[in-house]
Amino acid sequence: MATTIGATPGSSSGTRVTDQSEMPLRPGGWQTATVLEVRPETANAKTFRLALGEPSRHLAGQHYVVRLTAPDGYTASRSYSVASPPDGSPVIELTVERLADGEVSTFLHDVVVPGDVLEVRGPIGGWFVWRGDTPALLIGGGSGVVPLTAMLRLARRTGKCDLVRLVVSARSPAELYYAGELPGSETTVIYTRDAPAGWPRPLGRLTSDDLAGAFVSGATAYVCGSAGFADAATGLLISTGVPTSDIRVERFGPTG
Amino acid sequence: MSFTRGFRGRGRAARDARLPPGQYDIGDGWPVLTAEPTPKLATESWTFTVEGLVEQPTTWTWDQIHALAPSDYRGDIHCVTTWSKLDVTFGGVSVDTLLAAARPLPSATHVLAVCHTGYTTNLPLSDVANGKAWVAWDYGGRPLPVEHGGPARFLVPHLYFWKSAKWVVGLQLLDHDEPGFWERNGYHDRGDPWLEQRYQGD
Repeated sequence: MATTIGATPGSSSGTRVTDQSEMPLRPGGWQTATVLEVRPETANAKTFRLALGEPSRHLAGQHYVVRLTAPDGYTASRSYSVASPPDGSPVIELTVERLADGEVSTFLHDVVVPGDVLEVRGPIGGWFVWRGDTPALLIGGGSGVVPLTAMLRLARRTGKCDLVRLVVSARSPAELYYAGELPGSETTVIYTRDAPAGWPRPLGRLTSDDLAGAFVSGATAYVCGSAGFADAATGLLISTGVPTSDIRVERFGPTG
Repeated sequence: MSFTRGFRGRGRAARDARLPPGQYDIGDGWPVLTAEPTPKLATESWTFTVEGLVEQPTTWTWDQIHALAPSDYRGDIHCVTTWSKLDVTFGGVSVDTLLAAARPLPSATHVLAVCHTGYTTNLPLSDVANGKAWVAWDYGGRPLPVEHGGPARFLVPHLYFWKSAKWVVGLQLLDHDEPGFWERNGYHDRGDPWLEQRYQGD
């Protein structure tokens, strides 16, 4: 699971963008970023706070590519979604899930410390983005909550919480990202295997009931998670009458 | 080039010459990375159309396209998200066979692959002719799974795999390059993995 492949084309398909009012989005070149802070989100996820050498405004939902270079010139690159909201600052936060076999994620988790310099490129992706002014239903599973959190944070920062509903599925409280800041009237957390004592909802996967209470008329749905989660969530949305053209999906794959 | 403190990389002794720069071998995995819901398409109503700047706009049904000369691809595929999958096999029909029936006009220079979902991707005509592209419905000798584009997907394996559009239903021949879905969202118009043409401006 690439903790966070941003809206990336993997032999993909997508509904045509109809409101494209801009020129093609063009990421800058490679630049260096200094690691300011590394903090754990869960046992397997860390957030890397980076100061960009060449600040660039991002949209909520976009991602950056991180490139590691060995002394002999060998490189390895992976994409990670930006978790921080667009706020005009030269600092971004990437949340990275550690994959046991992941060449890049294990290095970031096990080696990188504040003061290190990383090469990054972005922001990338013009599809799985929320610009902050339209109704949005955000549905995330596991690490899929990362780009959706940038959207939630943007809504909260700009006082647009009435536009956004976030439904997050996690296996257990220990595996819930951003647990300290998720609770709110605009968010719903569901647990599939283990829940806090007294949690009102029975354990289990996402259901149409979970979404019914969160749907805002005219909303675009943003679904992010594993392929299995994404298919289940989009199936529920379609079964409740949401047009496929109103559903944007980002599937994470095991890409290290 | 700037080096990353402490990074040495893995397994470069075994790095395969078939991997373009910046790619790694994903082995048996095959990630599913699509931008919208997976459609369920019945082969009974499936069609494939070549239209636009052609002498003879042509539509094939599922049975008709299977009656054409079969063509296989065996080789590698490369996703812009940096995984590559080596030595895979696809079966279907060569785009050359379809173009021979529709007969492109001399003015045709580019194609737009169009999918059931509305997804599009653009390519120079020269990148889909002369044995470089297929409409594929078998993978590894079995029907292509729906999550990988079944019943049929475009296959242009010498370019990044977003060009190999899933659930493809047709080709439009054009006299200009018209950016498709990902190309309008920041990705490169051609996407040659050996040149690392990942994003607009590369």
